[in-house]
Amino acid sequence: MPKRTVTRRTVLTGAPAAVASLPFATRVLSAAPPAAGITPDLIAAAKKEGRVHWYTAMDLTMSEVYARAFEAKFPGITVKVERSGGERVFSRIAQEYSSKIYNVDMVNTTDSAHTLAWRNNGWLEPYVTDDVAQHWPIEHKNSEGYSATHRIVFSIIGYNTGLVKPADIPKSYTDLLDPKWTGKLVKAHPAYSGATLTATHAIVRALGWEYFEKIAKLKVLQVQSGVDPPKKIALGERAAMIDGADYLLLAAMDKGAPVEAVYAAEGAPIINSPNVLFKAAPNPNAARLLLTWMFSGEGQKTLVDISGLYVPHKQVPAKAGRRPLASIKILAEDPEAMLIEADAIKEKYSSIFKV
Amino acid sequence: MTDVSIAASDTLPPRRRHGIDLSQPIMLAAAALLVVLIVLPIAWIVAYAFLDKSGALTLGNFAKLFTDPSFLDPLIATATIATSVGCLCCLIAAPMGWLVARSDMPARNLVRTLVMASFVTPPFLGAIAWELLAAPNSGLLNQAWRGLTGASADEHIFNIYSLGGVVFVITCYTFPYVFVLVANALDRIPGELEDASAMLGATSATTARRITIPMVLPAIIAGALIAFLQALNLFGSPAILAIPAGFHTLTTKIWSLFQFPPKPELAAAAALPLLVLTVVLLRAQKAVLGRRSYAVVGGKYGAPRPVPLGAFRWVALAGCLFMLLMPVFLPYAALLNAAFSKIPTRLVTWDTLSWQNVYFTFFELSQTGHVLKNTFLLGALSATLGTLLALIIAYLVARQSVRGHKILGFLATAPIAMPGIVLGVGLFLAYTRPPLVLYGTLWILLIAYITIELPAAYQQLQSAFHAVHPELEEASRILGATRLRSLRDITAPLLRTGVIATWCFIFVAVVRELSAAVILFTSDTKVLSVLIFDLKESGDLGAIAVLGLSMLALTTIVIALANSIPGRGGDIRLRENG
Repeated sequence: MPKRTVTRRTVLTGAPAAVASLPFATRVLSAAPPAAGITPDLIAAAKKEGRVHWYTAMDLTMSEVYARAFEAKFPGITVKVERSGGERVFSRIAQEYSSKIYNVDMVNTTDSAHTLAWRNNGWLEPYVTDDVAQHWPIEHKNSEGYSATHRIVFSIIGYNTGLVKPADIPKSYTDLLDPKWTGKLVKAHPAYSGATLTATHAIVRALGWEYFEKIAKLKVLQVQSGVDPPKKIALGERAAMIDGADYLLLAAMDKGAPVEAVYAAEGAPIINSPNVLFKAAPNPNAARLLLTWMFSGEGQKTLVDISGLYVPHKQVPAKAGRRPLASIKILAEDPEAMLIEADAIKEKYSSIFKV
Repeated sequence: MTDVSIAASDTLPPRRRHGIDLSQPIMLAAAALLVVLIVLPIAWIVAYAFLDKSGALTLGNFAKLFTDPSFLDPLIATATIATSVGCLCCLIAAPMGWLVARSDMPARNLVRTLVMASFVTPPFLGAIAWELLAAPNSGLLNQAWRGLTGASADEHIFNIYSLGGVVFVITCYTFPYVFVLVANALDRIPGELEDASAMLGATSATTARRITIPMVLPAIIAGALIAFLQALNLFGSPAILAIPAGFHTLTTKIWSLFQFPPKPELAAAAALPLLVLTVVLLRAQKAVLGRRSYAVVGGKYGAPRPVPLGAFRWVALAGCLFMLLMPVFLPYAALLNAAFSKIPTRLVTWDTLSWQNVYFTFFELSQTGHVLKNTFLLGALSATLGTLLALIIAYLVARQSVRGHKILGFLATAPIAMPGIVLGVGLFLAYTRPPLVLYGTLWILLIAYITIELPAAYQQLQSAFHAVHPELEEASRILGATRLRSLRDITAPLLRTGVIATWCFIFVAVVRELSAAVILFTSDTKVLSVLIFDLKESGDLGAIAVLGLSMLALTTIVIALANSIPGRGGDIRLRENG
């Protein structure tokens, strides 16, 4: 009787025939729509709608400031920012859609597998902006046009310089297994944070679950969001973070907080965080305008200025002082595998960490 | 929607319809409404717990529940927390209640007001404030301790992320329940009884043992039970303090089962033992109190005489104020500091004072406006409709004027056995499908709030009715007034304070409520508690401090306004009746 439960697994296994034929069918049938820019018609239609709902996993303070920048550029359109962790955003939309509440216009998630799940559900609207067509590296956009990377995040190690002696500075994930870190570590939760799910998936591939089984014995402070560990070590609540969003740690450093970033020797998990439009969006034009602006040179530059994030736009350089993207050893993400394994990862994680 | 309008139209007091007894139809309507409110969500939970996906009967969910260590640990943690909180609350609140009600301690009204302040503080806000104070490394108290003793950077005296920390914080915001019950019970004991005992030669110890304690014992037991149930069913404080420490309580476990991928069948199964335990405890309480109920406010009794404490009264006051440091002074100081500081756990000075958090919360955070609006709209509506419903039920039950009144009383009390989070789940299951698709609207939250607060509202008003002895109404009837006229001229004025207190109680409780809202909100129907919880999960402490303090300020204003409604009767302190 409880038949309304939609899981990623049921998305995959629920209708075997349809799913089996899907990759083939999409490859044949759906080409990306022609690229579009910001036209007076689009602006007028967007202003008529007057508002847009942006569900995002980006840090709240930065998202809101970013949204206000869009509002300043296009007066008369209000951006309502609905921020939560990537996995929380995913369940929120699943819950709303299963109750036929179509509130979301545009989403920025930190778990690329989400876009696959939504695409498979037929929820996404393919939309390619001029900038994405011209200036996006091929690996940062989807060939059918339903998603493109908006920002690039790394899950990194970080530490508080006041609490960690130079000799103790961790260089790798395995360095953090030393018992001296007992009670001194903080980490985010993969059932909340998409970035942390992506990172967990990558670290498990590189080091196995044994790694987290050992970490769990160190009395880790378990927070939820991937944006929280940088804040916790900046406060000095814990000496080091096992995972957490790089851009917040770097922003804290820029503001003078006593923290340092470590891109792990094993490689830093990369999170290509995409923006997608929803077909059933209540404010489709405002959503298209917001998407197009965020993907424009100006929108990407604004994002870099506000957040210090890496962006995919080839003509928008990283913030001054950031290490070159190419110099970072990367633990790659694998959205197809994550789509299948996400639920199992969350289950395994909570059986290891007890929460 | 429909339910609510039924409530409004069918529950109008039967004024001016002299001669026609509307009690029976009103009772039927009230009962029908309660059945819809309570039975529907419970039925869905039971169905989910006992049926498998094909609709066949199964015990598989329970088998999984009781063989899986990830459910047993939270069960043990929850039992430990609830028992400790129940005991601690009595130890703190009973003496404090006695001091305020019966002694000549100075500043008794101040103490009452401060207890009220800890009562209106949402427990989850208190938990966040206590993180600011007693997180092992960044906590202000630990910093101060290190500063004073020169201890090294990784030493601490308080660790709020622990079982003890959870018990402590829950106690801080649960003891007012016991305090109110005890203080009210003591207020109501006629001084004559103690005087008589004294005149018959008993020492004050004997009087305390033979008269005062037996009279107040039911209130203490009831208080311990309420504290136990509160701790059992609380979601916010454990979610904020236990999960970072690496353990679950039953409520946070149930909540985690609703994260993606949701497992409502397991959550429903996990909720049922909680339900059964609560019902058993409530029955036990009834058995204990059953023979001890008495109306003590009837005709004219003397006010109790305060017990002189001598020099000890200043010590007593100091003790009370020290106790109130924990739920009130320290947390609000920490929040105030965080609101105006760039770094939430650094003490702010004139030089470092920053308006950044205030500006962000009110000018950049796009949710603030509609969340505040939702919260206060729901608070006021739930309080008004809930009080009205509770009033009607309490009257019908207290005066036993209709057949089946016991069922009505049972139904009105039944939601107390439902943790908010479970009710949230039940309502979610019930109202996300036709005929009533309420999920995504404020109505589902309104229903949740009224259902959750009904037991407390009903019990407050019931005790108010009980305290007004029927002899007063009877006297009026003997003098020729009709039932309705005596209701209007005698009972209503005597209940006025009780009604306003109940309204305020529901309002405050709604603003505090997180556990049902966290299941039922959508992005358009978010309330303040959920927003604060959201902000907590991403570590935005400055905005939380600003929102939390605004919330307290607005709540205080609403309560002050409610209390200034003109009419006969005294002011409301923490009393159920005047």
